[in-house]
Amino acid sequence: MELILVRWLHILAGITWIGLLYYFNVVQAPSVAQAKAQGVNGEIIPKVIAPRALLWFRWAALVTWLTGAYYLYAKWGLGNAFMLKGTAATIGTGAWLGTIMLFNVWVLIWPNQKKVLGLVEATDEQKAKGARIAFLASRTNTMLSIPMVFFMVSGAHMPGLGS
Amino acid sequence: MKNPLDSITGTIVSGLVLTVILYFVVSKFLIHLAG
Repeated sequence: MELILVRWLHILAGITWIGLLYYFNVVQAPSVAQAKAQGVNGEIIPKVIAPRALLWFRWAALVTWLTGAYYLYAKWGLGNAFMLKGTAATIGTGAWLGTIMLFNVWVLIWPNQKKVLGLVEATDEQKAKGARIAFLASRTNTMLSIPMVFFMVSGAHMPGLGS
Repeated sequence: MKNPLDSITGTIVSGLVLTVILYFVVSKFLIHLAG
C-alpha cells in the first residue's frame, strides 16, 4: 500500500515538473521571443508568471526525484537500478536521465534564471550569459525527457526489457 | 553548425534519436550482459 502512494506522488510531481518544462519550452520562451520581435513590452512574465512557475518547477523536480529514489530503493534496490544491473537497467536508465535533469534544474537553470529575472544582482553581461545557459539546460532537459519517460514506462511492455 | 537544441523540432528529433540509441544499448548490451 505504501509503495503505491509513493508511486502516485512520484507521477503527480513528475507531471507537474515535466508539464512546466514543456510550458517553458513550447509556450513561454517562444512567446517572449515573439513579443520582443513585435516590440510588445510586458512585465507580467518576468515579474509574476516565471517566478511562480519556477517555484513549482524546481520543487516538483525534487519531489519527483526523492519519491522515485524511494520507490527504486523499495522495489528494485537503489544500487541495482543505478548500477544498471539486469532487468533493473531499464528503470535505472530512466533514473539516471532523471537525475541529470534534476542536476540541470537546481545547478544550471534556477541559479541562472535568478539572474535573468533580477532576483539576484547581475550585470547585463551575466544576465545574457545566464539566459543562454538556462535556455540550453532547459532544452537539454526537454530532449532527455523523451528517453527518460520511455524507460520509465517501458518495463512491462518491451520484449527483452521486461520487469 | 547550428545547435539542434535551438529549435523545438531539433530538440524533439535529438530526444528521439537518443531514445533509439539508449534502447539499443540497454536491450542489446546491459540486460544480456547480466544474463
